[in-house]
Amino acid sequence: MTSINRTREPILKLKDLVIKFNLRGKTLTAIRSASLELYKGESLAIVGESGSGKSVLTKSCMGLLDANGWIDSGEIIYKGYDMSTYKVEKDWLKIRGKEIAMVFQDPMTSLNPLKTIGKQVQETLELHQKYLNKGDAKTATYDLLTSVGIDNPEKRYKQYPHEFSGGMRQRIVIAIAVACRPEILICDEPTTALDVTIQAQIIELLESLQRVYDLTIIYITHDLGVVAHVADRVAVMYAGEIVEVGTADEIFYEPIHPYTNALLSSLPQLGVKGEVLSAIKGTPPNLFKTIKGDAFAPRNPNALKVDFLHEPPMVQVSPTHKAKTWLLDPRAPKVPISENVIRLKNEWGSSE
Amino acid sequence: MSERKKLLEVKNISVVFGSRKKAFTAVDDVSFDIYEGETFGLVGESGSGKTTIGRAIIRINAITSGEIIFEDERISGKIDKKKDKKVVQDIQMIFQDPMSSLNERAKVDYIVSEGLYNLKNYANDAERKKIVDEALLEVGLLPEFSSRFPHEFSGGQRQRIGIARSLVMQPKFIIADEPISALDVSIRAQVLNLMNRLKKDLGLTYLFIAHDLSIVRFITDRVGVIHKGRLVELAETEELYNNPLHPYTRSLLSAIPMPNPNYEKSRKVIFYDPDQHHYDIEAPKWVEIKKGHFILANQPEIDTYKTMLESNIKGE
Ligand SMILES: Nc1ncnc2c1ncn2[C@@H]1O[C@H](COP(=O)(O)OP(=O)(O)OP(=O)(O)O)[C@@H](O)[C@H]1O
Ligand SMILES: Nc1ncnc2c1ncn2[C@@H]1O[C@H](COP(=O)(O)OP(=O)(O)OP(=O)(O)O)[C@@H](O)[C@H]1O
Ligand SMILES: [Mg+2]
Ligand SMILES: [Mg+2]
Repeated sequence: MTSINRTREPILKLKDLVIKFNLRGKTLTAIRSASLELYKGESLAIVGESGSGKSVLTKSCMGLLDANGWIDSGEIIYKGYDMSTYKVEKDWLKIRGKEIAMVFQDPMTSLNPLKTIGKQVQETLELHQKYLNKGDAKTATYDLLTSVGIDNPEKRYKQYPHEFSGGMRQRIVIAIAVACRPEILICDEPTTALDVTIQAQIIELLESLQRVYDLTIIYITHDLGVVAHVADRVAVMYAGEIVEVGTADEIFYEPIHPYTNALLSSLPQLGVKGEVLSAIKGTPPNLFKTIKGDAFAPRNPNALKVDFLHEPPMVQVSPTHKAKTWLLDPRAPKVPISENVIRLKNEWGSSE
Repeated sequence: MSERKKLLEVKNISVVFGSRKKAFTAVDDVSFDIYEGETFGLVGESGSGKTTIGRAIIRINAITSGEIIFEDERISGKIDKKKDKKVVQDIQMIFQDPMSSLNERAKVDYIVSEGLYNLKNYANDAERKKIVDEALLEVGLLPEFSSRFPHEFSGGQRQRIGIARSLVMQPKFIIADEPISALDVSIRAQVLNLMNRLKKDLGLTYLFIAHDLSIVRFITDRVGVIHKGRLVELAETEELYNNPLHPYTRSLLSAIPMPNPNYEKSRKVIFYDPDQHHYDIEAPKWVEIKKGHFILANQPEIDTYKTMLESNIKGE
């Protein structure tokens, strides 16, 4: 883990980003004014509701939005350049893979089913490195496969994606992503398909790559155990917005936003077998409609009146911690913290 | 406990891919029973054959040896049309890959209804639509979504379409292969609650395959641990988590990340080396080392595990 140097300029900065999609004539707002900073060498985890925009937000940083989507307003500043103004593929080709690489949620969509695994890994290696001959490139491919935990690389080289298990396919995708030696690696559910021992190895691999190359990593994951393990900082998303950002300790032990509290309360580790797990009631807001007030209010049993009327401000509570909620307003009443979150804090938070 | 009815019996099944020189045994002599109304978990490393076992049960993958019994009838190998139809209706599988398991060209309404169309077990289209809408709501999706295409959804939303699709069939037995891996914590909780409710209300039985061992601990009654196509340990869930004996199981449990940054700073993973067994000297067998607790071990190992169990009891 790296310490967060506040005085440093962020390597990537999203400013008031708004992303929309056109769906058969109707407009869906997937990202509603999101701002986020990423510092060199850190691990930032993005967590949040399914459909809240984690993948869309990060894909937009690589020019990978689906054809029916666009950046409506806001900026994506990478090393001083505003990438949100990039219009043509050619601009993005300079970024994609070389500067920012991505490991996707679903390995099958990022592998070509008709090409052998070896070919696919080797092609990426050859794209980014010059090899004297095919033999060298092949050896480098074997090494890379071994480094992501694929046994018997000579045999595996010749196999096709369908001959691999879900978990092994994801390891190949990770191999391809790190082959490019990027500055920023975005890992969208990188270990979801992996068993915990391989997950531990992959995370260790990512952490060591991070140390060696001073890699900056964004982890998107629903596994809060993984978040607790890897993240220096955590950003929490809900309905296209970033509702809370803080260090891992701040998010786990001092959560502020009602959504963050509800999220932590739903952890299966806090459940009692045979009993109902705490879960957030209702469904996320319809993104085709304009959202009034705090987007989470309709599902928040302790919502304040103001939550339904006015958009809450983002309030800084420590140099590293901020949350977008009316609860931080001096006029707000004290809202009881959920029992589960108190348990998290008492049982785990003070063990140092 | 002993009078519980067996819903599914997997007897010494093997699945071999390829032939002769390139033959690869993905599932190797695996046996387990699933009792009516229970949730049986299958955990193990990636590539160990969990999905293959699920696919063998619903007859997508042919088994090379052994047999599979469902409600006292053999459903593996050659079976007649009537039995095949029963398997199709009674056993549903929620597939692991939410991205590649949905028909990209079909709207959600069709995808969820597909099984219903095949069985035609509804009176009219309005009733079918009602079934679909209810299933979507059950998994936390809006009925309005039914006119959209799969690629217009997030990963977790797609996974839930797959769950809705199997729910409408009102099966007796669901094979849930990583059914909630792509879901956020709260919807995960919602789906787990839903699964438990259906289990209580309708007596549903599950084979639950997952990598998230915290979820497995919460949802399952018994768990089997599989390594490279072989079952290595099987026990009631709490027994397994409290008294893991096989070194592979111990390694797996040590690797569970907890949502606790302080704990994560010091967690150590136990490494598992398959060579530690010396099975070349004495081959292992599948033994019941304690009531309901099975393990793959040879005699010297059985002795060690017995000592471990005794010291665990003393330690309590
Ligand atoms: N091509 C598209 N057309 C229309 N809507 C889209 C498209 N891609 C994504 N969306 C919508 O944008 C929103 C954000 O999707 P995104 O994939 O970023 O969610 P996510 O936070 O990554 O969710 P998950 O955790 O389930 O992966 C969702 O409501 C989704 O339905
Ligand atoms: N159609 C196939 N042809 C050849 N080999 C296959 C086929 N399907 C699976 N395999 C192999 O069988 C083994 C078991 O695969 P399976 O998908 O059952 O693993 P799994 O336990 O479900 O893994 P994961 O946790 O990664 O999903 C793997 O080595 C895989 O490569
Ligand atoms: Mg996503
Ligand atoms: Mg599988």
